[in-house]
Amino acid sequence: MIEIKNLKTSVEEKKILTGLNLKINKGEVHAIMGPNGSGKSTLSYALSGKEGYDVTGEILFKNKNLLELNTEERAQSGIFLAFQYPIEIPGVFTNNFLRTSLNSIRKSKNQKELNAIDFLKLVKEKSKSLKINQEMLSRPLNVGFSGGEKKRNEILQMALIEPEFVIMDETDSGLDIDALKIVSNGVNALRNSERSFLIITHYQRLLNYIKPDFVHVLSNGKIVESGDWKLALELENDGYGKYLN
Amino acid sequence: MSKSEELIKKYQEKSEYSHGFVTDIETIKVPKGLNEKTIKFISDQKKEPEWMLKWRLKAFERLQKIKEPDWQKPKYPKIDYQDLYYYSAPKSLKDQPKSLDDIDPEIKKTYDKLGIPLEEQKRLSGVAVDAVFDSVSVATTFKDQLKKIGVIFCSISEAIKEHPELVKKYLGSVIPITDHYFATLNSAVFTDGSFVYIPPGVRCPMELSTYFRINASNTGQFERTLIIADKGSYVSYLEGCTAPMRDENQLHAANVELIALDDAEIKYSTVQNWYPGDKDGKGGIYNFVTKRGLCKGKNSKISWTQVETGSAITWKYPSCILQGDNSMGEFYSVAITNNFQKADTGTKMIHLGKNTKSKIISKGISAGNADNTYRGLVSIHPKAKGAKNFTQCDSLLVGNKCGAHTIPYIENKNSSSDVEHEATTSKISDDQLFYCRQRGLNQEESVSLIVNGFCKEVLQQLPMEFAVEAQKLVGISLEGSVG
Repeated sequence: MIEIKNLKTSVEEKKILTGLNLKINKGEVHAIMGPNGSGKSTLSYALSGKEGYDVTGEILFKNKNLLELNTEERAQSGIFLAFQYPIEIPGVFTNNFLRTSLNSIRKSKNQKELNAIDFLKLVKEKSKSLKINQEMLSRPLNVGFSGGEKKRNEILQMALIEPEFVIMDETDSGLDIDALKIVSNGVNALRNSERSFLIITHYQRLLNYIKPDFVHVLSNGKIVESGDWKLALELENDGYGKYLN
Repeated sequence: MSKSEELIKKYQEKSEYSHGFVTDIETIKVPKGLNEKTIKFISDQKKEPEWMLKWRLKAFERLQKIKEPDWQKPKYPKIDYQDLYYYSAPKSLKDQPKSLDDIDPEIKKTYDKLGIPLEEQKRLSGVAVDAVFDSVSVATTFKDQLKKIGVIFCSISEAIKEHPELVKKYLGSVIPITDHYFATLNSAVFTDGSFVYIPPGVRCPMELSTYFRINASNTGQFERTLIIADKGSYVSYLEGCTAPMRDENQLHAANVELIALDDAEIKYSTVQNWYPGDKDGKGGIYNFVTKRGLCKGKNSKISWTQVETGSAITWKYPSCILQGDNSMGEFYSVAITNNFQKADTGTKMIHLGKNTKSKIISKGISAGNADNTYRGLVSIHPKAKGAKNFTQCDSLLVGNKCGAHTIPYIENKNSSSDVEHEATTSKISDDQLFYCRQRGLNQEESVSLIVNGFCKEVLQQLPMEFAVEAQKLVGISLEGSVG
């Protein structure tokens, strides 16, 4: 599905990722853990194509070089980033945003755009199965949303778009246990043999709910250790101390 | 063609001003120059009565004594008023066409191309149109149906001949011929525009609209519109404007007067999309317009909604004089400036009567090298006991070479009134753009979505038939503003 080779990034001369290698196959769930400042969010931006980073190396996604695509082309080809801090857009109703987003992606795949009625049907069905209250859809996007609502909104968007590769950037931060369950149930419901996940987190807690196939430790811009989900338990006990210089 | 070349081409085609074509047509023009002869020619062409000509000449006399104002922020090279044509009309319209079938097919085609087919049956149901081409009204649709319920909707030229008592009474009653340079100029040389009269107690059953088109070169357009809502009546009126792309600047100096009597309401909406000039700021319309409404009767209401996306320079302050007790004035504005466009716009709310209320919502969007100024006056007179005003001015900056300015004037002369003013300035953030693009929207779509959200409060004031068009226009006007 995705293969990252010798990925290096810097912002204004400051090196962040220093040669990261990672391969994720179809249907796999990988977790990346690491201390503050290790480059976790930068990795999610490098994959999704946020501007303002100097990026070298190679990212192959479905045999295409992602680095040649801009942000929306990556989104259209199947990459979804669930934001750590979803952005507020005043005056744009969430419903309208979700439909515009879904239709942009459908259009890029030469699929028919959904009209308002069909879209509402779809969104109703999805939010019901995710146990998400639809009330937030009639408010401006993320404006005045609680932390939990913002994250649930991200999961709903993921469920609508049905991307092939999902990056979750510390989605668990700031969530109470109920919201955490809704979010992880949402992810688990979408897990299948065709879809892959990269879950970025500080804590092992989330991984109790979403059991990863592989766990990696990111430190100083590189993956310094990889293992199965038991590695997360070790980290929870021992901390990141041994990986820091 | 490579993918990127294809994209560039598509983009260039898209961002071209799509109303910029010229209709090749034989015209009657008065020789260049601003003088009595020109004014007499205009009056003569329109077969006006003597009193109208006298009125015009009085304004012209006044014009000799006054100077162009120069306090506005956008400066422009001196206009040579002697080097302009003041009247240009398609030759085929010399003898007023009796019906739509008599109209020159070239002109009909022009309106088809602009998306305003004049054939009534093809019109959006519920919208009557007066089409003004350069200096003359070409056609007014649904006239007869409206007449049956007593609504008069025709060109101002026709009203001067057919309804002189109304025109004499109200023309110049809100904008006196002595008002200021451009208003006086308009009074002397105005050519055409719309006239509306709604009789007492009638709720006009359809949207009335005027579509202004400048076609001829080196020609000024001097539109004059007069709307009277008699006691207890209601009307919603909309105007749209476009012009060809030309390297020269063209002047559009309109006067619009609204009068609302007791318990009457006028809703006036503008979607202004005059040619804005090219990317380097060459050409474009000077849109210097005087719009003023008089809430003459008690409980009357006048509401201005404007979406200003075109013109090289927009300079206008649609205003309300709140004379009747309990009368209400509203001003909703979206002004978008891109590339080298400039706008200095806002409103004046003059509170004279008791318990008068006004509301101002202004959204200024500035992109490219453009400059956008909100300038407004809220004036509460000593007798306006219990008057209330609420003002909100928000500016949005796209990029880092543009400017936004807010200049509110507030004069409050009594202690029982209440004035509120809120203002914000913000930028489209990179994070907002990234978020939208991560969800599959391209750069242009993202900007359009964010800006439409910013303007929502104003756009939702537009009649439904036009709201969707206006939303699209907001997107189109900002093309190429980011990246």
